[in-house]
Amino acid sequence: MAGIPHDHYEPKSSGEQWLHKRLPIVGLLYDTIMIPTPKNLNYMWIWGIVLTFCLALQIITGIVLVMHYTPHADLAFASVEHIMRDVNGGYMIRYLHANGASLFFVAVYLHIFRGLYYGSYKAPREVTWIIGMLIYLMMMGTAFMGYVLPWGQMSFWGATVITGLFGAIPGIGPGIQTWLLGGPAVDNATLNRFFSLHYLLPFVIAGLVALHIWAFHTTGNNNPTGVEVRRGSKEEAARDTLPFWPYYIIKDLFALAVILAVFFAVVSFMPNYLGHPDNYIEANPLATPAHIVPEWYFLPFYAILRAFTADVLVVQITQFVTFGIVDAKFFGVLAMFGAIAVMALAPWLDTSSVRSGRYRPMFKWWFALLAIDFVVLMWVGSQTPTVFTAWVSLIASYYWFAYFLIILPLLGVIEKPLPIPATIEDDFNAHYSPQGGAKTVAAE
Amino acid sequence: MIRNIALSTAAALTLAVSGMAVNAAETAHVEIEDVAFPFEGPFGKFDRNQLQRGLQVYTEVCSACHGLKFVPIRTLADEGGPQLPEDQVRAYAANLSVNDEASNPKLIDPETGSARTLVPADNFPANHSAGAPDLSLMAKARAGFHGPYGLGISQLFRGIGGPEYIHAILTGYTGEEKEEAGSVFYENHAFSTGWIKMPPPLSDDQVTYADGTAATVDQMSMDVSAFLMWTAEPHMMNRKETGFKAVLFLIIFASLLYLTNKRIWAGVKGKKIA
Repeated sequence: MAGIPHDHYEPKSSGEQWLHKRLPIVGLLYDTIMIPTPKNLNYMWIWGIVLTFCLALQIITGIVLVMHYTPHADLAFASVEHIMRDVNGGYMIRYLHANGASLFFVAVYLHIFRGLYYGSYKAPREVTWIIGMLIYLMMMGTAFMGYVLPWGQMSFWGATVITGLFGAIPGIGPGIQTWLLGGPAVDNATLNRFFSLHYLLPFVIAGLVALHIWAFHTTGNNNPTGVEVRRGSKEEAARDTLPFWPYYIIKDLFALAVILAVFFAVVSFMPNYLGHPDNYIEANPLATPAHIVPEWYFLPFYAILRAFTADVLVVQITQFVTFGIVDAKFFGVLAMFGAIAVMALAPWLDTSSVRSGRYRPMFKWWFALLAIDFVVLMWVGSQTPTVFTAWVSLIASYYWFAYFLIILPLLGVIEKPLPIPATIEDDFNAHYSPQGGAKTVAAE
Repeated sequence: MIRNIALSTAAALTLAVSGMAVNAAETAHVEIEDVAFPFEGPFGKFDRNQLQRGLQVYTEVCSACHGLKFVPIRTLADEGGPQLPEDQVRAYAANLSVNDEASNPKLIDPETGSARTLVPADNFPANHSAGAPDLSLMAKARAGFHGPYGLGISQLFRGIGGPEYIHAILTGYTGEEKEEAGSVFYENHAFSTGWIKMPPPLSDDQVTYADGTAATVDQMSMDVSAFLMWTAEPHMMNRKETGFKAVLFLIIFASLLYLTNKRIWAGVKGKKIA
């Protein structure tokens, strides 16, 4: 395995040597945990651990929930109430699982925006970025299907609206929609397949996470300077890095404990804060809720979906040019998936030779605007449509695409970046006074 | 480092907070008056006497039309609930009548074809006969308010306003009624359309409380709303207690990790100079 040069595991006892010759698993674990990590990582580099924790939390609580849940249209809602009332600690397990999804998305959005600011997506980390985007897509699919399982009103009608998006694809759309639903409408067949996939996908995500980690352990972590770790020799690399254990594991655990204190406060004192009251009403195909709103983490993309209505000029032109094949509804669907696609293409859209936003004076402002844009889209996605929100969502959607398709390619040409530190060590020494002759704590 | 933590936290909060606006879109057309229920806030507890009074109002008034099909009768004896003695729970179950046999196949004796005597292991009967909604989860299925500014954070201290909504409906009748398409509607300014199908269910002194509390409409509405919060969230007190322990532990654990982290990095990282 390529990577930053560092000491490898040496089996000492005869037992260790015996195992190492047959299965070098201890060596693999050692190399993973002792990986040289840039010594200047800041607190935006903690979200990976938080995300790993979330995945484990969701899988463990999820497996326990499955022991008590019944995936049947007539019984699902009652089985969730059974979990809440009769299963030992069931209310806590379910609230942890439901709110765990929200923590997962808070962390993933901050993780993604960290990557966007510090240029973590740029060469040679494109594969890490693409795998990350795939994980994010799978997370959205898993969360969406999970929300259907309690079989409340929002579960049912959310599923109806979202699967309806696929029905907007010209020609094959209605066929795909029926195939997804297992029938003409959301029903028991839908619940069963969503349950099956909701159980499967987290394990696919776990596999992708392993690839994600493998990929960035090969390229090495990015860092706030965007300057690569020197790889000329072990000694050179050691001046830019510190072993992951104990430096970053302890730091990440500290951050995780702080985040979990907030998380447990939400779970215990306001567990339904992020939920919708309508989901405590059993699904009823005959009664449509007044407003069908997706979960908060889908709102930015939901806003983009709704922004492109039939009276928008771009939509009308597209409809004319494509002879009506791409109508307003299909345009909205394309825009929604396109918004994620342009983000995935960032490594090839960003033309700047400088990686970190820290040394890009113009980029900084456009990036800040993108972060604000994301929050605005989230807010507008939650609103009942009015003329005002229609304009806001349209402008915000345009900016999202403009950032990736116009601003990122253009900035690389017109922007004059600030001087970049020669090495991570230089930058680190410029920020922190030397102490104890830069001694490092020996790993146990 | 503190600045970084602050920034990360601020970013996380912005994300979470903007998400909360979801509920804001659902803002009711009517102002629901806040009631200071004893079970609100991180340290709130159910008032056992109030739950028992609420159970009485439900049994003598609401149960004529509304079911509680998700609530097992035995849980009336649970700690953190009305906590009736076991013999009373058994007697309560035996006296409970089934108004809507079609909706309660499990409570029908196959030999006689009519409802059998209920036991504590049964759930409260379902009741769909009058088209009235089941009340098991009503206190969580309605949101009375989402303040401040639609962010919903206030629910940490005031709840989501579900019990307040029920209280507002029960006390919101104006006395006006109208007939439309063969049904009678009663004017109620807490209901979204302003006109509700349910006739005013409560009048002063409709029940006689054993503890001598005056049975005003306002009092009965508050008691039954509190009772319905318990039916919707029977383990609320356990949950808050668990949360309190968890948060306390995590704060101590985080402090220890902070010190450990500082110690570990001390050899590498000097004072921040720029």
